[in-house]
Amino acid sequence: MSLTVAETKERNKALINEVLEVYPEKTAKRRAKHLGSYEETKPDCGVKSNVKSVPGVMTIRGCAYAGSKGVVWGPIKDMIHISHGPVGCGQYSWAARRNYYIGTTGVDTFVTMQFTSDFQEKDIVFGGDKKLEKIIDEIEVLFPLNHGITVQSECPIGLIGDDIEAVSKKKTKEYNGKTIVPVRCEGFRGVSQSLGHHIANDSIRDWVFDKSEDKHPEFVTTPYDVAIIGDYNIGGDAWSSRILLEEMGLRVIAQWSGDGSIAELENSPKAKLNVLHCYRSMNYISRHMEEKYGVPWVEYNFFGPTKIAESLRKIASYFDDNIKEGAERVIAKYQALMDAVVAKYRPRLEGKKVMLFVGGLRPRHVIGAYEDLGMEIVGTGYEFGHNDDYQRTTHYVKDGTLIYDDVTGYEFEKFVEAIQPDLVGSGIKEKYVFQKMGVPFRQMHSWDYSGPYHGYDGFAIFARDMDMAINNPVWGLARTPWKTAA
Amino acid sequence: MSKLRQIAFYGKGGIGKSTTSQNTLAALSDLGQRILIVGCDPKADSTRLILHAKAQDTILSLAAAAGSVEDLELEDVMKVGYKNIKCVESGGPEPGVGCAGRGVITSINFLEEEGAYEDIDYVSYDVLGDVVCGGFAMPIRENKAQEIYIVMSGEMMAMYAANNISKGILKYANSGGVRLGGLVCNERQTDKELELAEAMSAKLGTKLIHFVPRDNIVQHAELRRMTVMEYAPDSKQAQEYRDLANKIHNNSGNGIIPTPITMDELEDMLMEHGIMKQVDETQVGKSATELAAASAA
Repeated sequence: MSLTVAETKERNKALINEVLEVYPEKTAKRRAKHLGSYEETKPDCGVKSNVKSVPGVMTIRGCAYAGSKGVVWGPIKDMIHISHGPVGCGQYSWAARRNYYIGTTGVDTFVTMQFTSDFQEKDIVFGGDKKLEKIIDEIEVLFPLNHGITVQSECPIGLIGDDIEAVSKKKTKEYNGKTIVPVRCEGFRGVSQSLGHHIANDSIRDWVFDKSEDKHPEFVTTPYDVAIIGDYNIGGDAWSSRILLEEMGLRVIAQWSGDGSIAELENSPKAKLNVLHCYRSMNYISRHMEEKYGVPWVEYNFFGPTKIAESLRKIASYFDDNIKEGAERVIAKYQALMDAVVAKYRPRLEGKKVMLFVGGLRPRHVIGAYEDLGMEIVGTGYEFGHNDDYQRTTHYVKDGTLIYDDVTGYEFEKFVEAIQPDLVGSGIKEKYVFQKMGVPFRQMHSWDYSGPYHGYDGFAIFARDMDMAINNPVWGLARTPWKTAA
Repeated sequence: MSKLRQIAFYGKGGIGKSTTSQNTLAALSDLGQRILIVGCDPKADSTRLILHAKAQDTILSLAAAAGSVEDLELEDVMKVGYKNIKCVESGGPEPGVGCAGRGVITSINFLEEEGAYEDIDYVSYDVLGDVVCGGFAMPIRENKAQEIYIVMSGEMMAMYAANNISKGILKYANSGGVRLGGLVCNERQTDKELELAEAMSAKLGTKLIHFVPRDNIVQHAELRRMTVMEYAPDSKQAQEYRDLANKIHNNSGNGIIPTPITMDELEDMLMEHGIMKQVDETQVGKSATELAAASAA
């Protein structure tokens, strides 16, 4: 029983009205603006975004500190990122987001370690600047191979007005120009982690690019240098992307920020092109590099063979025929592998319906990969997207797709209950709710501890994982006791 | 044991809060009351006249030195001065760093947990200038001071501060039961000072509990780090403080929920008493030269 587009829109409308009904009037009025159906030919998805979550609901969002420490800065592997403030924020962001990296942890790389100033009452009352200085001194002694330090502000730093900029400058001087970056990413700032991304981007501009002369004059550039921007190497995503760019003849000089280093950040303005995967979290620095250093940037999508091929050709269009031929060569090389993956999994997944709710780019970027497997996206939404994300989403979704911005726990549960998709893709907080409802689920932030999902290699893993979730025999064993009792 | 009375002195900075409160509390102790003074000002000068000391070691500085407030004992922070008055100073960071308001909260929690309020009749909080944030409102929050005494004078800004403090009291009056005990006018010898202080009290719905006349003997005592009660117990000024102490002692349970007024009402009141002239709207924002040019034309 497949609905027509008109019927789907009718169904969505009724469903939205149903969830809004339980809210107080003011809440319902505000939430109504974030829910809707995509109308074909419209420039965006017709929902409001990037505004404060409504009090009293369960939002899925994070905070500015999460956006800076957890997303943008945390994966820079040869720097030490201090969670500056009371211990909780550091404890809960310990070990990062499975941002894979190469190095010897604790010696020359530090991503999965946790450094915190562990604020006590006296640090609040008397200020924490002296403690911060001491921590920086201790880091220099204990981890001499670190290549820089960032100070990730937790809420109290902004409340008590600690001067972390002065400390950073002082210590930079003391340690012969060492990069020390104060980041004002206090959690109470902004409406979600999105502002944290922006603040972190700005801190790279102000404290990495603007604070030093060229630190690597010996670096020899080539006409084929590109920087990967906005790939956090979750489960190795940046690696399975990088090899494709290299196989087509480009040289990747930086990874922002998965498996990245401070030297790579510093060298990025020397790239010929910045290739941007996560637009939401790193468009700011890409725009800045374009304005200040004249480095153009291009968005790409490495989920699923259709989008990969499209993106390889788009990236190649910025270069000469060698690279353009290289792109064709890469596409051709992996065609057989992709055909085999599709041949194996498409028959098992054809027509399956998916609902997504994820963060920066995935609510749109992964749609092509599902469609390559014959699956259909019936609903999607962003945790912290802005209107420019919803504009970009129009190229991906079909007329009548249910759209939910900053969805509340209640709304998401109700939507899934009514639509009964074959798969939900979202985060750890949502996972067990839906699995207990008997709906197959995949974590689409951490790849459910699998991955990579980017690139051709990633697609093979993606297809296997989706099949594993949906066609798992366990779903057939679930019984509703009060219905089957005999 | 009679029920513990908790009072607090608030008022504009420099108005003479600490002087007035220490003299009054010294007078109360002459009446046989057992007293604890809790200084809640980072300057830590609320107890110097009682202790004859410049500034005592504060709870927060000792806590910082020891590691945390949990490492402190009550004896470390409590000093005993004139007539066995117990004194503690909360202390706080140097100007421009950290959070002094949080320091007040930390200190008061410490004192309560350590049993500092046992075997005494009065706890008096002496709080800095204005209620700038939640921390400095700590003494007027739930289960702390029952009555607030606002020290003021006939100066405009002192009355403005008194009005603001009343707003703070009003905010917590229903949740915590704090009341305004009354105004104490510390004479500055401004025009119509008594009249104004009484009018201000009436506007706030309270009474002017005492008008403390200006007397240089207070300064003489202060130079010796003493209260007037100790320096010159037979002086006229000592009797004034004795009267104030008696009035506060007999004022238990008589506090009210204040009715703070708007800035406009405050200005109207000053005009009523001829302190402020009706503002000529055509002159607002004009410099002296402009006004001269205008009158010449």
